[in-house]
Amino acid sequence: MDLTALVTGRWPYLFTIVLLLIGLYGMMVKQNLMKKVFGLNIFQGAIILFFIVHAYKHGATVPVLDDISGTDPARYVNPIPHGLMLTAIVVSVATTGVALALLIRIYRTFGTIDEKDLLVRLRDEDPQQ
Amino acid sequence: MVEPSLRPLIAILASLVAVPLIVASGRRPNLRDTWSVLAALVKAGVVLSMLPDVLAGRMPTCRLWDVSPGIALELRVDTLGLVFAIVSSVLWVLTSFYAIGYVRGAGEKKQTRFFASFALSLASAVGIAFAGNLLTFLIFFEMLTLATYPLVLHKETDAARRGARTYLAYTLPAGIALLIAIAITWSIAGSLEFVPGGFLDRTMASPALLSTLFVLFVVGVGVKAGLMPMHAWLPSAMVAPTPVSALLHAVAVVKAGVFGVLRVTGFVFGPKLMHELSLDACLAWVAGTTVVLASLLALSQDNLKRRLAYSTVGHLAYIVLGAALVNVWSWTGAILHLAFHATMKITLFFCAGAIYVRTHKENVSELAGIGRRMPFTMAAFAIGSLGLAGVPGINGFVSKLGLLTGTVQADQLALLALLLLSGVLNAAYFFPIVHTAFFRRGDGETGFAEASPWMVVPLVVTALFSVVLGLAPDLGVHAWDLALATASQVTGGTLP
Amino acid sequence: MTPFPESDLPIAITMLLLFGAILTIAAGLVRRSFAWRVALLTLLVVLGDAITMLLAIVRGGPLRHTLGGWAAPIGIEYVVDALGAFVVVVIAAVSVAVTVYARAAVRAENPDQEVAFLGMMLTLLLGLTGMVLTGDLFNLYVFYEISSLAGYALLAIGDRKAPVAAFRYLILGTTGASFYLLGIGFLYVLTGSLNMADVARLMPALHDNPALPVAIALIVAGVALKTALFPLHGWQPDAYTYASSTTTAIIAPIMTKVSAFVLLRLLFFVFGIDLVTRLLPTGAILAWLSAAGIVVTSVMAIAQRDVKRMLAYSSVAQVGYVGLGIGLANPWALTGAVLHILNHATMKCCLFLVAGSVALHARRRTVAEYAGLGRAMPWTFASFTLAAVAMVGLPPTNGFFSKWYLLLGTIRSGSWPLVAIVGASSLLTAVYFFRLLESIYTAPATAKPEAPAGDPEAAMLVPTIVLGVAVLVLGLCNSWFVTQVLQPALPAAVRLPGS
Repeated sequence: MDLTALVTGRWPYLFTIVLLLIGLYGMMVKQNLMKKVFGLNIFQGAIILFFIVHAYKHGATVPVLDDISGTDPARYVNPIPHGLMLTAIVVSVATTGVALALLIRIYRTFGTIDEKDLLVRLRDEDPQQ
Repeated sequence: MVEPSLRPLIAILASLVAVPLIVASGRRPNLRDTWSVLAALVKAGVVLSMLPDVLAGRMPTCRLWDVSPGIALELRVDTLGLVFAIVSSVLWVLTSFYAIGYVRGAGEKKQTRFFASFALSLASAVGIAFAGNLLTFLIFFEMLTLATYPLVLHKETDAARRGARTYLAYTLPAGIALLIAIAITWSIAGSLEFVPGGFLDRTMASPALLSTLFVLFVVGVGVKAGLMPMHAWLPSAMVAPTPVSALLHAVAVVKAGVFGVLRVTGFVFGPKLMHELSLDACLAWVAGTTVVLASLLALSQDNLKRRLAYSTVGHLAYIVLGAALVNVWSWTGAILHLAFHATMKITLFFCAGAIYVRTHKENVSELAGIGRRMPFTMAAFAIGSLGLAGVPGINGFVSKLGLLTGTVQADQLALLALLLLSGVLNAAYFFPIVHTAFFRRGDGETGFAEASPWMVVPLVVTALFSVVLGLAPDLGVHAWDLALATASQVTGGTLP
Repeated sequence: MTPFPESDLPIAITMLLLFGAILTIAAGLVRRSFAWRVALLTLLVVLGDAITMLLAIVRGGPLRHTLGGWAAPIGIEYVVDALGAFVVVVIAAVSVAVTVYARAAVRAENPDQEVAFLGMMLTLLLGLTGMVLTGDLFNLYVFYEISSLAGYALLAIGDRKAPVAAFRYLILGTTGASFYLLGIGFLYVLTGSLNMADVARLMPALHDNPALPVAIALIVAGVALKTALFPLHGWQPDAYTYASSTTTAIIAPIMTKVSAFVLLRLLFFVFGIDLVTRLLPTGAILAWLSAAGIVVTSVMAIAQRDVKRMLAYSSVAQVGYVGLGIGLANPWALTGAVLHILNHATMKCCLFLVAGSVALHARRRTVAEYAGLGRAMPWTFASFTLAAVAMVGLPPTNGFFSKWYLLLGTIRSGSWPLVAIVGASSLLTAVYFFRLLESIYTAPATAKPEAPAGDPEAAMLVPTIVLGVAVLVLGLCNSWFVTQVLQPALPAAVRLPGS
């Protein structure tokens, strides 16, 4: 299929891929550990968005029962991905929390959160490794 | 005729149970050594008690639980297994006494570990002897490697460490080869039980696979059997204390190797298959080459134990040769040589150890005049040497005759020539030692100075065994009957 | 038999661990020594529950429990067959052993963090058992992340460098979990369901769909990273080396194995044998990567001077065996792989407990420093010897039997290079273990200021010895496990003939 059809028809996938790549770039290339955490968040965000996009239906509303839409499932977006992603967001938050706690600990122990400096200081401490 | 019995199991457990007892009584040497001797006596007693049953055609069997779906840990005492078990357990009784004398005389450290490992090794050896299928065989075979490792390492010197590492470097890969071979056998045959005459046949796999399988098996058991070029561990293992060299590396470990060759050729592959794939000729020639090369190498060794080690390699190859030819005479000779070489070689090693403890001499060139000082020892040495060279009157002659006849029966006259040549070489590397010991004058004292009776009595006993069995091969443990029965079962032939 | 229905046994385990974790921390806040007691009690009850569950399943077939009464496939259900129950028993047994050990070890190593440690450990176990018990793909993700987060926290308790290793693992592990999540997102779009059994049912209709390979690749990659399958194993050596001894003792034996089990569950029960072996070369890739991993990491283990790091590389190699067995996908190979989950758990736990005892009690960490310790700590090193011999794969230890089955599997698959690799790997393992054993028993003790005063205390010694003995017992009794527990639980296509 040609490029325009690809972009207009499959743009959620492209969007997700771009975000994933940005996240991966952050995690792999950036030296500052905090930026790696940002990259991780973006990465996870991309996946969350992927799910949410797939829950969408044209002309449907938020998946909360109301009198106007009644009980017709076609009038509500798919609630399951939303439910799943609520959980995933919580997981992401918890992970970020643990990551930040680790960063604080690393900073207190070594005085830096730059990967290059950190490796130098680690090697200085342990010549036999 | 399978006869359910607990005795095979008890024979193994006798020394297995002794291991924790020996370790626990480490602080009290007399108690500890009593456990060793007791275990040896019980083991030998139980093994010998099964002799009448086996001679009558029954096979005491003990089938334990499955260790793999469809394969049980099974102990079955047939004629071949009993020969090996008798050799190991009876000689262990003598070695226990000898070892006690040696270890105390030489002031060795870590005696507890020594005796405990010995007990475990013998339990493994008897397990190998009585294994009823290949998996049980492998389990005990590898246990033997593990149990004998601390014994090679015993002196903890750099040389000992090197020797122990070489030992493992040869035996562990062999174990893997054997494991792979057994796994392949199970995959193609669906059974691992030993059957006289073999259970593999050409319909099970391609000739290429069967031949590769045979090679894997031979490598697996051949390392312990000292088949060239996998023999190099044996001379370097001579760093171990002499009781170890005597029992394990002249009797238990190496005979476990040739026992494995006998099982593989006679009870897994069988004469028919081996002949169809020409495996019999190949193995026979490898063995023949080993015989001659080892004898030549023995000539060049000055260290007495290393000379004995190369001699062992050569004599083990006699047994492999006999096994490979797979006819009645060669098998009878091979099995008899398994037993008879053991008595002769252990005598020689016992003598080497006695000489070392008494005079700290290790090399052949230093032995001038020692015959005057240690007449019993050197007389026994002389008997052992004569027997190994094949002189009539000592048991070595009988087994060698069987082997020579076997080569004739197989139309392999070249191999016959090799065996005869080896006999001459044996004389060449042993007789000068005896001559120097008795007829050359040495330096230093000349008074009577034998080693302690703990050591001298066992070596005299084994020398006497060799003579008595030479004159009446079937006496006592009926070695001749057992060997012949096995050979007949496997080859389907009888003596003319 | 039980006062409540048997189908409640799985959820009871989850509840016990969840509340156990909370109560442990609460008790610890009251008085520090209470925390350990609550933790041990919880784990003992969990062990009892797990064994009861296993026996019930062996007798009566798989157990199903729907959470909250919401029926599957919309609701989340727990599905436990004999295989899963077996893994849960292994987890519970190992954790009891480590908890007994932890009492003395954590107090010696990180006394201020004892309560947090125990709470996190129970949370880790919650996550791991949940991964095994659940029958829902997203629920698996949740438990995966629970165990991972607890794992990051646990791994950060250790020496100065531990947080760095934990951080690295966090980044990598979360990436892996995210891949998994994306993969099940694909699956959800394709099938509309997240229930494992339901997806398995719908799978055949999707064989031609081009999105399916993507989904499978993402899911497998995600789980493989947590399993530390080569080449996704980079996080493991550092993490295990810098973490405290007790952490390594609990994580190394079970975390990667549970992930390997999940991989098995997904490949064989959700995607189906056909997909694994015929349509996609997943099996072949898995088998060959695992084989490469076994060789490479074994060689790396030989090069290590720190004992814990050596054991960490060794762990990656051992998980390679499991991966190899799963990849080959024939009855013998699978039997070997699953049995190795049990076997490696016991062996590695014993080895890490010893490494911990030696580090704490004798202050020695490197191969060179272990010289001559055999005399000083006889019982500890007797267990170490048994476990080391089992790792090399010598009979009659349990390590030999998993190798035996794996070899049969590789022969059955017809791949001779793999046969050679499985055989050769034993030799590589022998190099680094026998070298260590030789040094322990025969080298003169290094002149270190603190001379070890014998074996450590009973709390640390007894679990070590029990595991060492287990290595022998499990070896001799392995056939019972294989025929009674493992075989009935495997899908019919991969059962041994005659079972």
